[in-house]
Amino acid sequence: MEQHRPPETTAACHEDLLEAIAIRGDKAAFAELFGHFAPRLKSYLLRLGADAATAEEVVQESMLTVWRKAASFDRRQAGAGTWIFTIARNKRIDRLRRERRPEYDPSDPALIPSQPEEADQTVWSAQVEARMRVAIDNLPPEQSDLIRRAYFEELSHREIAERSGLPLGTVKSRIRLAMQRLRERIDGLD
Amino acid sequence: MIDTTPVFHPEPEVLLAYSAGSLDEANSVLTATHLALCPRCRREVARLDAIGGILTAQLKPTELAPDALAAVLARLDEAPSPTDDQVAAAVDDETRHWVPEPLRRYLGTSLSALPWKRRGFAIHELPLSLGSGSVRATLIRTGGGAALPEHTHEGVETTLVLRGAFRDEGGRFARGDVATATSADNHRPVAEPDDECLCFSVIDGPLRLTGRFGRLLNPFIRI
Repeated sequence: MEQHRPPETTAACHEDLLEAIAIRGDKAAFAELFGHFAPRLKSYLLRLGADAATAEEVVQESMLTVWRKAASFDRRQAGAGTWIFTIARNKRIDRLRRERRPEYDPSDPALIPSQPEEADQTVWSAQVEARMRVAIDNLPPEQSDLIRRAYFEELSHREIAERSGLPLGTVKSRIRLAMQRLRERIDGLD
Repeated sequence: MIDTTPVFHPEPEVLLAYSAGSLDEANSVLTATHLALCPRCRREVARLDAIGGILTAQLKPTELAPDALAAVLARLDEAPSPTDDQVAAAVDDETRHWVPEPLRRYLGTSLSALPWKRRGFAIHELPLSLGSGSVRATLIRTGGGAALPEHTHEGVETTLVLRGAFRDEGGRFARGDVATATSADNHRPVAEPDDECLCFSVIDGPLRLTGRFGRLLNPFIRI
């Protein structure tokens, strides 16, 4: 296990902290995660139109869920930042949109499992995420802008097209191009 | 059942909206139920979630209330309050087999116990109380070989096949496949003869039936 340690200590650290919470209820580890992620989650919620008090509340609820669900975190499937993002996203849907967040159940007998070789591909690591970060930074601005708007403005591609004055087809093809580039970047080097 | 993986997938922008959390609940149920049947799209959504995580991590931090951490730390040992999570209802084997989660828990009961409405020869429909505004969600069950009335819609109709298969101008759609039809399509899906066909449809925008038979049905199909 030791020689497997990724070079970026900060990224590896977050996953380690989550596991420390899961294994021994490590409150110091939680406080460290909180210090890093909570202020960013607040920005995320504010960007999506929450008022400051609600944002603060949703951040607290999200971090409490991080504490409670730490045992279900699996670093082979997602990085810590990704996992925490999905928790905050779901809390936001719950609180601000007052809707449920439907998700598939990985233990559902009706689920069609991944092929073993596909499962290998999905093994996530700090390195994959670091490459992905670089790939996002290297997207042409018109593509990365659309991706950011999709995550931070709660706009459908139709609404993005309407507001930006771009034809819907252009919005769609830019999003698809961006996704394809990122996919190549990740799968190609995996 | 042979575990073939789907050929037709939700549009990439729909997967992006699902990951971003901006997709409405009805379309999210359809997308997530497709994910249960589609390893390829599960991988894609995992990638998209990672993008969301990276972009969020890149946001400039906003200062929290000074007592925020203390407030959360004080609650760590609290017992979680009972959530209003939907409890999975007891359903029969047929339903468990053909309807994956999360759609299954939205049914609340077995397929055979649902109050199906007859919509013509060998066609039954079950409107689900899911979706808001102009979005409607519905289950459609047809006998093998049955043809749905020819129809078109003002918005987008997305259909997930759960059992059997149907054909229309776009091709052959079987279990797990997602068919997306827009207002430009005037289509007439026909179920394949060998098995009944069960589909979950989400329609954004009013549906209009065309053709002689369809116009007669129009008043009935309105939900």
